Amino acid sequence: MNKTEKSSGVIRGAIAGAFVKLSPREQIKNPVMFVVFAGAIIVSGCAAIDHSIFSFVIAVWLWFTVLFANFAEAMAEGRGKAHASTLRNARTQITAHKILFEGGTSTVDVNADHLELGDIVSCTAGDIIPSDGEVIEGIATVDESAITGESAPVIRESGGDRSAVTGGTRVISDRILVRITAERGNTFLDRMISLIENAKRQKTPNEIALGIVLVTMTLLFLVVVFTLPAFGRYSEIASNAPGSTHMTLTILISLLVCLIPTTIGGLLSAIGIGGISRLLKKNVLALSGRAVEAAGDIDILLLDKTGTITLGNRMAVAFIVAPGISEQELAEVAQASSIADETPEGRSIVILAKEKFGIRGQDGAPAHAKFIPFSANTRMSGLDYCDSDGKAIQSIRKGAVEAIRTHIEKQNGIMSVVVQNAADNIARSGGTPILVSRDNIVLGIVHLKDVVKGGIRERFARLRKMGIRTVMITGDNPLTAAAIAAEAGVDDFVAEATPESKLAKIKEEKALGHMVAMIGDGTNDAPALAQADVGVAMHTGTQAAREAGNMVDLDSNPTKLIDIVEIGKQILMTRGSLTTFSFANDVAKYFAILPAMFGTVYAVNGHKGPLASLDIMRLHSPESAIVSAVIFNAIIIVALIPLALRGVTYRPGGAMSVLRRNILVYGIGGIVAPFIGIKLIDILMTLVGLNF
Amino acid sequence: MGRHDVYQAIFYFAVLFGAAPFLGRYIAGVFSDNKPVQFLEPVETFLYKCTGIDHKSEMHWTRYLVAVLLLNLWGLIAVFALQIFQGHLPFNPQHLKGVEPLLAFNTAASFVTNTNWQAYSGESTLSYLVQMLGLTVQNFLSAATAMGVMLALARGIVRRNSGALGNFWSDIVKTTLYILLPLSLVFALVLVGQGVVQTFAPYHTVHTLAETDQVIPLGPAASQIAIKQLGTNGGGFFGVNSAHPFENPTPLSNFLEMLAILLIPAAQVFAFGKLINNKKHGVALFGVMALVLLVGFGVAWYSEVSTAHHIGVGQLMEGKEQRIGVMNSVLWETVTTAASNGSVNCMHDSMSPITILVGMFNIMLGEVIFGGVGCGVYGMILFVLLTVFLVGLMVGRTPEYLGKKLEAREIRWMMAGLLIPNLSILIGAAIALTIPSAAASILNPGPHGLSEVAYAFSSAAGNNGSALAGLNVNTPFYNVTLAIVMLLCRFGVLIPVLAIAGSLARKNAVAESDGTFHADGMMFGAILLFSILIVGALTFVPMLLLGPVSEHFLMLSGRLF
Repeated sequence: MNKTEKSSGVIRGAIAGAFVKLSPREQIKNPVMFVVFAGAIIVSGCAAIDHSIFSFVIAVWLWFTVLFANFAEAMAEGRGKAHASTLRNARTQITAHKILFEGGTSTVDVNADHLELGDIVSCTAGDIIPSDGEVIEGIATVDESAITGESAPVIRESGGDRSAVTGGTRVISDRILVRITAERGNTFLDRMISLIENAKRQKTPNEIALGIVLVTMTLLFLVVVFTLPAFGRYSEIASNAPGSTHMTLTILISLLVCLIPTTIGGLLSAIGIGGISRLLKKNVLALSGRAVEAAGDIDILLLDKTGTITLGNRMAVAFIVAPGISEQELAEVAQASSIADETPEGRSIVILAKEKFGIRGQDGAPAHAKFIPFSANTRMSGLDYCDSDGKAIQSIRKGAVEAIRTHIEKQNGIMSVVVQNAADNIARSGGTPILVSRDNIVLGIVHLKDVVKGGIRERFARLRKMGIRTVMITGDNPLTAAAIAAEAGVDDFVAEATPESKLAKIKEEKALGHMVAMIGDGTNDAPALAQADVGVAMHTGTQAAREAGNMVDLDSNPTKLIDIVEIGKQILMTRGSLTTFSFANDVAKYFAILPAMFGTVYAVNGHKGPLASLDIMRLHSPESAIVSAVIFNAIIIVALIPLALRGVTYRPGGAMSVLRRNILVYGIGGIVAPFIGIKLIDILMTLVGLNF
Repeated sequence: MGRHDVYQAIFYFAVLFGAAPFLGRYIAGVFSDNKPVQFLEPVETFLYKCTGIDHKSEMHWTRYLVAVLLLNLWGLIAVFALQIFQGHLPFNPQHLKGVEPLLAFNTAASFVTNTNWQAYSGESTLSYLVQMLGLTVQNFLSAATAMGVMLALARGIVRRNSGALGNFWSDIVKTTLYILLPLSLVFALVLVGQGVVQTFAPYHTVHTLAETDQVIPLGPAASQIAIKQLGTNGGGFFGVNSAHPFENPTPLSNFLEMLAILLIPAAQVFAFGKLINNKKHGVALFGVMALVLLVGFGVAWYSEVSTAHHIGVGQLMEGKEQRIGVMNSVLWETVTTAASNGSVNCMHDSMSPITILVGMFNIMLGEVIFGGVGCGVYGMILFVLLTVFLVGLMVGRTPEYLGKKLEAREIRWMMAGLLIPNLSILIGAAIALTIPSAAASILNPGPHGLSEVAYAFSSAAGNNGSALAGLNVNTPFYNVTLAIVMLLCRFGVLIPVLAIAGSLARKNAVAESDGTFHADGMMFGAILLFSILIVGALTFVPMLLLGPVSEHFLMLSGRLF
């Protein structure tokens, strides 16, 4: 299905949904729109009794107002439903190969729905993983596109931080054993589907508070409108001109509907649902709407260093030579020492040598050479070139400063002061010096460094602009931590952190009144994720982390928080702006309707009454003024549906600049727009000959 | 609009705005640890000892509220009983009979709620004892009650993770002893110096040049007038209030009384800012209030002058005192409606329609243009909460007020506090205009009559107490409905404010960040002003259009009412 087809399908569904939602049981859930609904019924009754075209037209447009609001909500829900049904397809009728006895290999095929917590299943290439679980044996590539929409397969392996698998994803290669960790009906997929389908039902705290404002203002306007006949009637009597006001029930209800905040009332739930589905588009799964709103308030972000700020491993970035040695020579030796080293650090040395001097190492150890693996005892690794008898003739080593020093001193070598100083400088800058030696001579140093992810500095700067302070949490010593913090551009860091100290840091910041977000992936992050106001777990992370957080980032991209915060803020901004817009609109509506109602009160000798002078829009007739206001009120809902779904644009900056813009557009704009809109509708109606 | 009038107006506002910060600092000092008036402290301690008040015991909002309600209930009963039985009590040289019960109820409700609506004429209805022991005492207590609520609110904002809002008994003792009593004492003496009467002697009967006998009412007036102005009460000792030469004899007394009307309301805004450790917020509130006051005065004065010009008379002098003049009458009208004072030095009924509109709109805004002692600030804070709620959403953060998050609970109370007065005015006026017997009280026909009824209910709801007059309000209908409106709107605002204070006090404060909206400065002021005006306008525009606005346009076309 292409995109336009899909969206036209959504629109068709939403139109049908708009009518389905006309049931009173649906309407009563939204008190503001319920008033319009009740008004539409009453005016329809009036039209049936008095047979006036005016009442008929008003009734039609009141029904449109209700339908437009229903349509907005159905539209927002429709997008989510489309997503949910795709997800549901991913789950249908999966067969699981359940291991009969732990440790055994014999399996029995059962329906995925019958799996119990703790069951172990076997998944081989081509299988769909039946439920959420933890890989307990093996390594496999898994296609998670059904959940994440990302087609590149990911690696899942037992142990470590990449052990979690999600039900509904497909194993592409190899075989893994998975222990089921989710109860029936409570899998990740289940939660995702119910979240999308029920986005409307859970009201967030700010939504509830705003709801109170809207309902009480509606109550106020009810009283304003229905006390008006008393004042009008008095004025008629006082001016000895009974019938000089226009206060039919139809007109009173029209005024009421125009005054109550229908714009925001009609779009309120669409805004919330729209926000959740925007998050889904960004591949973030928010497990509660409350968390999304809280994200907009975040002012401190704690990030685990490894895997979020840095690439996760230290990398060689430079060769520093000892006196009398050329850099190329050092590079060659360093490469040779690392050629058989499969650790990421070792590989990075090979790559650096290749990049700098084009040295192409052979695969594996060269002939007549023996690879000396790293041992905790010697804290060195390297290569021994051997003669044909297998006796070592030259030994190359690389390792920590102290280890190499001991190594060469044993062979009567002397460590030069220049090298020692250079090594100290690297350590002080937060890097790791790796000394390279050949026999008893130190050739130089490989500078290993935590490499900060590209572009992360800019993203932190953007967070800072949004008013969010970033704090890096790392197990490194303070020196290293400080250096990385400076390079990545975080505002603060916690060094030598333990799971307890992470938790303590969050509690401390919360006690100071901060709203804390935490991003993590490991099991040891789980308590902190649960404690934070917003805990974003990486999808690649462990099951424990995913359970603890209230959001899961399916792309496992830590700077995703920027999007989350923006969407959280947008939801609030859109609600606030449209509320302001709604009330600002009322000014023009008064100017349209009140002169229409009372323009002839206290009129004498066929002149207009004193209040006719308030008709500054010079509308065609009293009836056309009222109809124009009602029509404007209805179509503004439709006109603003895209805005409600998309959200008000957020640009990082202080509260003041954001506010200035929104006040200008929705406050001042809200006062001016209806004057123009109502006048235009009035002109159009006159042009097409709709005169009342 | 003579040059001297302009000088006088400028002088008035200069003195008022100049004195407010200093008195504000003094008021804030009274409620902090190092009191500015040390020599009165033994008196305070003595009072606590006599009454057995444990002034250090902190009250939760519900306990604070119970204390407020108890004090006010006893006040209501006492003032009612004093009036009913005044015929049997001393200090009644004119041998006035007991007051009719519905009127007594109305008056008791009126003075307990700091409204001081008067459906009676003091000199012909109340004994000296009722005036002193009933009304004057309530003038102090009603002002102190509201001041206490304002203090509780300030504490709610400042305190964190606590439910305690202070001690109500201690708050009213301090307010009375350190603020209201000393100012009233000095002011009463000055007024006596100016010629305001202060005596227990019976009324004089004099033989006039016109060969008739005239009764000259007397009484202990100065002591009551001092607190009537300072405590934003406004209930006159005599029926015509400060238009009476024994209440307001000289230009100086007129100036000082006008100053006294707004002195504490203006100062308390600064005090509030200081008490919540956010002077800038206080200054912003003051700025908004001052702006509305000044613009309102400008419009009212311009209307009064241009109307006279339009009609073709030199000045509109009907209902005004010659010795006071137009400018000082309009200024007083603006000031007394802005503050919930309600004393008058002229008859508002005779003013130009737009001047009336300004006064009526001042009241309808909820008495937040400085407003009453204590309640001016806490009423304004309800609008501030509405403002920061919308602003918070618009900047994309959970709304917060001075660091405290606003959630459903606070919003619910806030809307209740904002809506109760507005609904009372609309419904009350609508009923009065619909019931024929009530509508029959209207003495002037046309839009002016509508204004009279609207003004009466606004005045009761805003706890202002001034009357447009032209309406016979000493009828069972008005005595009862207006008393109910006064009580409903006093406690319908006070209770929500205390609930909000209690709720805020329990919360931890949110730390500030770049995304935090600061409730100060021009932007905040502008949005606050917009919120106040739009709530007021959207509620009352239809009513005002059919009242003063219609009258204004009709007057321009030559029809008067």
